[in-house]
Amino acid sequence: MDRPLRLITANPVDQLARTLEALLVVASAPLSIEELAQAANDDPERIALALGLLSDRFREGRSGIVLEHVAGGYAYRASREAAEACGRLFERPVERGLSQAALETLSIVAYLGPCSRPEVARIRGVAADSAVAGLLERGLIAEAGRDDGAGGAVRYRTTPLFERVFGLESAAALPRLDDLGETAADIRERLHSVAVGKTA
Amino acid sequence: MTAVGELELDLDAFEGPFDLLLTLLLKEELEPAEIDMAAIVVAFVERLAERDELDLEACGEFLVLIAALLELKARALFPDEEAELAELEPEEAAEELARRLAEYRRMKEAAGWLAERLAGERDRYFRVGPAPIAPRPERRLAPQDPQQLAASLRLLAEPPPQVSLAHMSLRFPPVSQFLERFRAVLRRRRRFDFDAEVGSLSRVDQAVAFLALLELRKAGEIALEQVSPFSPIRVSRPAARPWSATAPSGQSPAPPPPDAADGTPADGPYSHTVPPAYAPPAAPQERADERGQETRNPSERNSEWIARSA
Repeated sequence: MDRPLRLITANPVDQLARTLEALLVVASAPLSIEELAQAANDDPERIALALGLLSDRFREGRSGIVLEHVAGGYAYRASREAAEACGRLFERPVERGLSQAALETLSIVAYLGPCSRPEVARIRGVAADSAVAGLLERGLIAEAGRDDGAGGAVRYRTTPLFERVFGLESAAALPRLDDLGETAADIRERLHSVAVGKTA
Repeated sequence: MTAVGELELDLDAFEGPFDLLLTLLLKEELEPAEIDMAAIVVAFVERLAERDELDLEACGEFLVLIAALLELKARALFPDEEAELAELEPEEAAEELARRLAEYRRMKEAAGWLAERLAGERDRYFRVGPAPIAPRPERRLAPQDPQQLAASLRLLAEPPPQVSLAHMSLRFPPVSQFLERFRAVLRRRRRFDFDAEVGSLSRVDQAVAFLALLELRKAGEIALEQVSPFSPIRVSRPAARPWSATAPSGQSPAPPPPDAADGTPADGPYSHTVPPAYAPPAAPQERADERGQETRNPSERNSEWIARSA
């Protein structure tokens, strides 16, 4: 789909898009519209317009470089069709060996964060020290203050890298917990049925 | 509590009938955590096997007891939550359990979703690098005059003024120098005024001269007079020196001899003698204080100084 803007060669938005292209190719982390507007010294609305132009130009099936909206900003990545070639030369070290414990810890921090290790341990029923340490090392979570009171436990939150690795536009892109499986009511019912079955 | 109560136990932490174990646990004389519950169950099962008959009543009783013990032990293992959970009614406890299970279940589901998502994003390759260096904010300077810079540099290039270290090398002249000098003066004159004699000297010299004066007074070579504090000190030959021959010339404070010369009792080796006629109209208490200050403290310091300069 060609936007009417692209038909005008000397369009100032087209020129702005070239500036954004340059900024995005230098960046190593997603750039927000605000950051781009500041760097390009332009209006955020026009930045959004230019980004639309670029998203169309750099999309799957059309370019080896794909512009994606991720982790609250915009960033280039390789197209999926080049994944195999990329995999021969590069690896994605962040997610290598993410255990079940690490994933559970990560989801607790993602949904309930900022939260502390004791909170994670309370929900999972086992100590979360090594899982938290592993996630910290991978840069998927980071420290975010301490619990209230003297000697409060360190709290953790997920990082922009977490959103990027999981391809989330933002933390709000996580599915609602209610959409995931059983609720307390379901479990209570199941417990009840077990109890009734026993007495019967 | 018959058959079960008499069950003999041989555990690491306890040896005796089951009854007694329960009593001790209830009196909190034994820690539930120390008791091996499995060993109790094994002992009971072995007893059952020996009897070769199924005593349902005993089994039921045993189940109730061992369940209670397990609950005790489980609670003791989580001391932080003990109070919180112990206060709950059974229904509330079930509710709490269900709530926690649900919470964990949801997180488990979320973890499953993340794992799926991760698998789906496996073919997304992107650059992960260090955060780019933020541009430094530009610091704007006011317009500068090169002449002013040169002037500032010239100021810095000038050698700093020589700092005098004269005060660092404080030298004390020997006390003996003043001893000789005062003796010489007294050979020429009957009396002299101390302030007039040393008035032209430096502070340090004056101090040493004063030490010499005290030394002479101690040896009984001179008599000192001072009408009132801070008034001129008159130095004169002593009228009589009954104790001078025996007085030690060292630094140790000599015993206060009776000063026969002016007929007043001596207060100490360095005290100034005040003729009764000149006594200032001060209260006796004040006088004593003032004398104490003038004699005691300087005398200690003076003898030290003398020792050093000797």
